[in-house]
Amino acid sequence: MITNIIPVTLDTLLSKVGEIFLQKYRLITISCTDLGEYIDVLYHFDKNYEITNLRLRLERGQEVPSISSIYFSAVIVENEIQDLFGVPVKGLVLDYGGKMMLAEASPKAPQANCPAAAPAE
Amino acid sequence: MPPAYCLMPIMFTFVRTLFRNLSRKPATRTYPFTQREPFANFRGHLTIDPAVCIYCGICAKRCPANALVVAKSPKSWTLDPYKCILCSYCVEACPKKCMTMRPEHQRKDA
Amino acid sequence: MTRQTIIPFGPQHPVLPEPIQLKLVLEDKKVVGAIPSIGYIHRGLEKLAQQKDYIQSIFLIERICGICSFLHSMAYCQGIEEMMNVEVPPRANNLRIIWAEMHRIHSHLLWMGLLADSFGFESLFMEIWRCRETVLDIMEETAGGRVMLGVCTVGGVRRDIPPELIKKVLATCDELQAHFDHFIPSILNDYSVKQRTVGVGVLTKEVALERGVVGPVARASGVVMDHRVAKYGAYANFDVEPQIEQDGDCYARSKVRVRELYQSLDLVRQSVATLPEGEFNIPVKGNPDGEVISRVEQPRGEVLYYLRGNGSKFLDRMRVRTPTFANLPGLLAMIPGCELSDVPVIILSIDPCISCTER
Ligand code: SF4
Ligand code: SF4
Repeated sequence: MITNIIPVTLDTLLSKVGEIFLQKYRLITISCTDLGEYIDVLYHFDKNYEITNLRLRLERGQEVPSISSIYFSAVIVENEIQDLFGVPVKGLVLDYGGKMMLAEASPKAPQANCPAAAPAE
Repeated sequence: MPPAYCLMPIMFTFVRTLFRNLSRKPATRTYPFTQREPFANFRGHLTIDPAVCIYCGICAKRCPANALVVAKSPKSWTLDPYKCILCSYCVEACPKKCMTMRPEHQRKDA
Repeated sequence: MTRQTIIPFGPQHPVLPEPIQLKLVLEDKKVVGAIPSIGYIHRGLEKLAQQKDYIQSIFLIERICGICSFLHSMAYCQGIEEMMNVEVPPRANNLRIIWAEMHRIHSHLLWMGLLADSFGFESLFMEIWRCRETVLDIMEETAGGRVMLGVCTVGGVRRDIPPELIKKVLATCDELQAHFDHFIPSILNDYSVKQRTVGVGVLTKEVALERGVVGPVARASGVVMDHRVAKYGAYANFDVEPQIEQDGDCYARSKVRVRELYQSLDLVRQSVATLPEGEFNIPVKGNPDGEVISRVEQPRGEVLYYLRGNGSKFLDRMRVRTPTFANLPGLLAMIPGCELSDVPVIILSIDPCISCTER
């Protein structure tokens, strides 16, 4: 079970990430889950093999601010979230414009709304 | 830790290997003319004993690659060998244990 | 002002085993910048895993990577076991380590061969890959597959290693050690090899920390990080010393991996020596529910699995962050300032595994 989760909101996200950055945490990755009503974004940080998570609840259609100006290594994963979940990410230092993982003819936001997708029997 | 002599600066480090290899047989085989005995545990290809099978369809349900199609009437058990990933999960799941994973690769001419 | 040229490197390039494209910005022969474009082999694996039940997913997850497949299934199974509160029998834990460390050996050997190939030392490449066959053979004999072992499952492992094969595993360890002693001087001391690797693609400790690189790339830059120290599974019984180098260049990365080869051999032997008797598999009932993060040290670094179950046999989310994904930002920091001809060596020195990265 995940024990160390700090809830954040869209307003407090950047200041909290900045705080964590100054404490010399390493960004592991960002996990995004589409839960139907809302989108759940988890930021995983690591220091000395201990993991710390920030949890952000994102309503449909909301934009998420990019943390790539604080952690450059977030660029690739944020572009991926933008592509696969259709969540617009604002302020990316390197923006592929939704064309990193997907090509022109690919389905749009293929991983959005996952739990609703019933397995095909 | 690598032994100390591995860390000593030496020139022409590969010459020793070169002479060793000159006096040895090749490491490769002329496949398919000479073939190594397959290891007994290897997952090579899937076979079935149709006399034992009860066509329950459990294997088809479990197969992660959707490689099996089982029908009750008329009785049929079909494997698509190009879809099969040789995981052997169906062999474990079968209640009658009528499938076997053979250690040889399946060959077109065999 | 010097003219800038942009040349595409990849997706098809003789040195790249898998497709990734880097757009290199050149001033004369110096590379001043690189922009990656990934996505050539995105397979939608995370999405597919949500449509298979959690046992079937193991076989899918093994196929995320064609090199360190066993460690992927191990990380996933550990996550599911934590979610379902399953206690794995100790024998299974030790067997997992045997296979995991053999996978590390074969992955590092593969990488070393490719590195030799990238600077044109073809005969060394073949020598190393011949040695790699020895590991693949023993994995084939014990597990039933050369790379896709398919032995890890929730609740243990699917196959036991019987005593006669255990003897064979130990014999193979000795054989491998003899092989290593034979070709490792060529990697570490050869004049021509050193010319291509020493001082090339330097990643300083500060940049390594900031970019969040993992695995041998981080360790070669002096960052003490090896997730095996966190004692998951049977690593709780062994002391794993992270192999650290300070220089952060391609040569340091080779040195780290060479030392890890010997370390892995040692771990296989220790794991065999302390192999407990008993079951290697326990049946599991029920379905996973809750959230869990599982991390494992792979040959290329730390992998993270984020799993979210909902009480049915299908998972809500299977998220994987592979080590190369974390190392790409580091790669972008290594490239500026090098010569064009060094780019293949630098790219290979992070041991890129692109199909893991894109899943
Ligand atoms: S599970 Fe066994 S008995 Fe049932 S259909 Fe498959 S092969 Fe036949
Ligand atoms: S071996 Fe695996 S992939 Fe092949 S038919 Fe059986 S379950 Fe399906």
